[in-house]
Amino acid sequence: MAQRSLAASIAIYAAALLLALVVLAPIVWLFVMSISPAADLAAKPLHWWPETVDFSRYGVLLSSVPNSAGAAFVASLYNSLIVAGSASVIAILIAIPAGWAVSRTPSIGWSLGIVIGTYMLPPVALAVPLYMALAYLGLLNSLLGLTLVYLTILAPFTTWLMKSGFDGIPRELEAAAMLDGAGLFTTLRIITLPLALPVMGTSALFAFLLAWDEFFYALLFTSDQRAKTLTVAIADLAGGRVSDYGLIATAGVLAALPPVLVGLLMQRVLISGLTNGGVKG
Amino acid sequence: MSGTWLTTRAWLLMLPLLIVMIAVIGWPMMDTVRLSFTDSKLVGTQGSFVGLDNYVRMLSSTNFTRTLVTTLWFALISVTAEMVIGVLAALLLNQEFYGRTVLRALMILPWALPTIVNATLWRLIYNPEYGALNAALTQIGLLDAYRSWLGEPATAMIALIAADCWKNFPLVALIALAALQAVPRDIVSASLVDGANAWNRFRYVVLPYLAGPLVVALVLRTIEAFKVFDIIWVMTRGGPANSTRTLSILVYQEAFSFQRAGSGASLALIVTLMVTLLAIAYGTVVKKFAGSAA
Amino acid sequence: MKTIKKTLLGAALITASLSSHALAETKINALFMAQAAYSEADVRAMAEAFTKANPDIAVNLEFVPYEGLHDKTVLAQGSGGGYDVVLFDVIWPAEYAANNVLVDVSSKITDDMKKGVLPGAWTTVQYDAKYYGMPWILDTKYLFYNKEMLEKAGIKAPPKTWDELTEQAKIIKDKGLAQTPIAWSWSQAEAAICDYTTLVSAYGGEFLKDGKPAFAQGGGLDALKYMVTSYKSGLTNPNSKEFLEEDVRKVFQNGDAAFALNWTYMYNMANDPKDSKVAGKVGVVPAPGVAGGHDVSAVNGSMGLGVTSASKHPDEAWKFITFMTSQKVQNDYAKLSLPIWSSSYEDPAVTKGQEELIAAAKRSLAAMYPRPTTPTYQELSTALQQAIQESLLGQSSPEDALKTAADNSGL
Repeated sequence: MAQRSLAASIAIYAAALLLALVVLAPIVWLFVMSISPAADLAAKPLHWWPETVDFSRYGVLLSSVPNSAGAAFVASLYNSLIVAGSASVIAILIAIPAGWAVSRTPSIGWSLGIVIGTYMLPPVALAVPLYMALAYLGLLNSLLGLTLVYLTILAPFTTWLMKSGFDGIPRELEAAAMLDGAGLFTTLRIITLPLALPVMGTSALFAFLLAWDEFFYALLFTSDQRAKTLTVAIADLAGGRVSDYGLIATAGVLAALPPVLVGLLMQRVLISGLTNGGVKG
Repeated sequence: MSGTWLTTRAWLLMLPLLIVMIAVIGWPMMDTVRLSFTDSKLVGTQGSFVGLDNYVRMLSSTNFTRTLVTTLWFALISVTAEMVIGVLAALLLNQEFYGRTVLRALMILPWALPTIVNATLWRLIYNPEYGALNAALTQIGLLDAYRSWLGEPATAMIALIAADCWKNFPLVALIALAALQAVPRDIVSASLVDGANAWNRFRYVVLPYLAGPLVVALVLRTIEAFKVFDIIWVMTRGGPANSTRTLSILVYQEAFSFQRAGSGASLALIVTLMVTLLAIAYGTVVKKFAGSAA
Repeated sequence: MKTIKKTLLGAALITASLSSHALAETKINALFMAQAAYSEADVRAMAEAFTKANPDIAVNLEFVPYEGLHDKTVLAQGSGGGYDVVLFDVIWPAEYAANNVLVDVSSKITDDMKKGVLPGAWTTVQYDAKYYGMPWILDTKYLFYNKEMLEKAGIKAPPKTWDELTEQAKIIKDKGLAQTPIAWSWSQAEAAICDYTTLVSAYGGEFLKDGKPAFAQGGGLDALKYMVTSYKSGLTNPNSKEFLEEDVRKVFQNGDAAFALNWTYMYNMANDPKDSKVAGKVGVVPAPGVAGGHDVSAVNGSMGLGVTSASKHPDEAWKFITFMTSQKVQNDYAKLSLPIWSSSYEDPAVTKGQEELIAAAKRSLAAMYPRPTTPTYQELSTALQQAIQESLLGQSSPEDALKTAADNSGL
């Protein structure tokens, strides 16, 4: 590398500082709001840091007293975990055989093209019949119904990721095992799947994050604590249900915690998953 | 093993996926087509066949054209901003400086923040009476008096785009960064020796490596921006004076608030058709780039 | 993460222990709003009292913002086990009746109810001479004022006409007591229609004539012109165009507004020193009238509780509704919403400490003006919201905006 001039160094550090500020400031502010007393948040000029730190809202939202605002929030947290978790697992289970088949049988590759093509369909184009079908089956406002609907988003996406994952595993390994007399499923179980574990993990994580983030279907298809997810609960809070901005911020922090932790810890995996899929898909 | 057996086996393995896709996507899609030719209500009575009435009514309404323009505007500006800022950030993160690893790690934060939380957060920041943006700008002296960011059509759109961009540019940056790291060092040094200036170096040496991944990111982001619903729903609900109402919000209103499933379906299909055309147009470009980047 | 896990575990245990309570034989689901009128805490307390009195019925409460109330109710219709009891606004019975959302409960309304409840309240739940529920929230928009500011400005009495409001606001602005003295809820939402309707009633306007839009002329036009003039004069807080009721309350109780149009609930909330900087200085009068016209103006902002046609437990649901709307419960929680029962207004237990509000209520509730009754109200309202905002933003003249709204109203 060529030596950098002093001016260039200053420019780079200034730009880096600006970038850090832009990325961090809103997130830090979300947290500060969640621990500021209501009076500080309505002050003019605004208090950027509370005089007394107030964590009580976390207690309010995570309270398990029956028939309270906290219980309603915890229920939505639970619903989000269940729906996102089970939808991801089902999506992966479907994506593994399908992804492998497409990866090893190029002649049917076009079918994956169609499957991925559905990813661009706007949810509004499916919403009305899905609503009517769920109503007919009695699956509105149920975790099962929402899980099934989430497959519209997760299944194509995970299949795509799994396919590019299998592409990276040499066929020769499978062929060798088969020559030794192993059947297809044995080969897959012993050779392919262990090698595909990382990509399975990445796909599941992506699926989970997508489902955790989903709002539109949840807004339409759930109505109360039995199935309402976190995103809808937060939109309700922000839409005028509470006037304490701090409480809204607290709900935001709690909802952001799982994906942010996943993001920070698994960053490398997530990015390589995205770029691999992106380039080869 | 024969080729036909291999193909059959492949289809069998795809079966679960195909069943799910037909159940939750294929069938609803066909039903949307059917509904779009009827005057069905959302709940209760089955509607009767009305031919192309819904399409004619939707396409000729001023609401539709206005909303289409709003949607295109949102998609164009937000995606362009995300791409430009994303690539600039990636170029910066590819330089060597203290704290680079930490900064790279932080970039994942906005992307990981759920969309609804992001929308809620920015709505609080833009609050006209107690928001942080007003407070910060007046305290620095850039603003004399508090402003209604989400209450004026011009600033509401920009405010929405800024919030959307803040969440999505880091993803573009991280994808671009991964591509940059694949640029062989010796090529860069060679171009330095040749005396290429910074722009030419970027244009002829670095950009070919970036093009493939960036075009994919561009396609995905454009399609998502075109379908946008949640961030607008939470921040403005389409206001003020419907200046931020996008197509998805219009469909929601028609099909669910007004309970006209039939015309809602026709509107949804018009949107679908547009996204499809967009994707095909992009697809052609992607192929070209994929060819040149390899 | 650990705490979350613990909490989830706790929640699961509690759910398990609750379901093992063999007492609760029937579970009903009720949809409420948390925004203006009774607070979430009040509703939860009422429901708890109901369960105590009826241990065989458990009540699940769901709260959404007002903006989501209509769509949630309609969407839940498709689900067999949706809501049993829903809160509905005075403007929805026509649509709900047309789409068979609510059960006709005419036969269950007793003579005691008919005699005891204020006649104006019944209009909330009636359509086509049928009853679709019980009125629960009897509400209209009042003019709130900051007594201290008016006193400092040398103003003796709060405004009696809308023109007086403009004059007084100007004095207060000129004396620097408040930068923008009047706060309204003019966000692109139903709240803006409520403020508009209040003005329409003052100017003697009409929404519909023979089923056709009539708001583009006469009083309907005058009302919008008043809003635009007030907005452009700088006397109205320009942020009003993105305010809902709770934003108005925040501004008013932060001492940033001299006048505010809002529902009953703001009186006792703004008088609570815990949250409010203007506690003890809150004045309330009926919304003003017009010289030579009506003395006062008011919008019918009442809401009722109804049983959904999808409910599997209509009897338990009705029992819950009669409890919630009973005079005793309403008297016990009369701080944020006033009772529907006429004799309550003479009951010292209800009036004590809020005599000013009761006095204003007696005049306002008698003057309540309805928003139009039509099954396509949502479209009409959406078109009007756009007209109001376009006029405020100067994108269109009030005349043109209202004409366009009439064309797009679906009528």
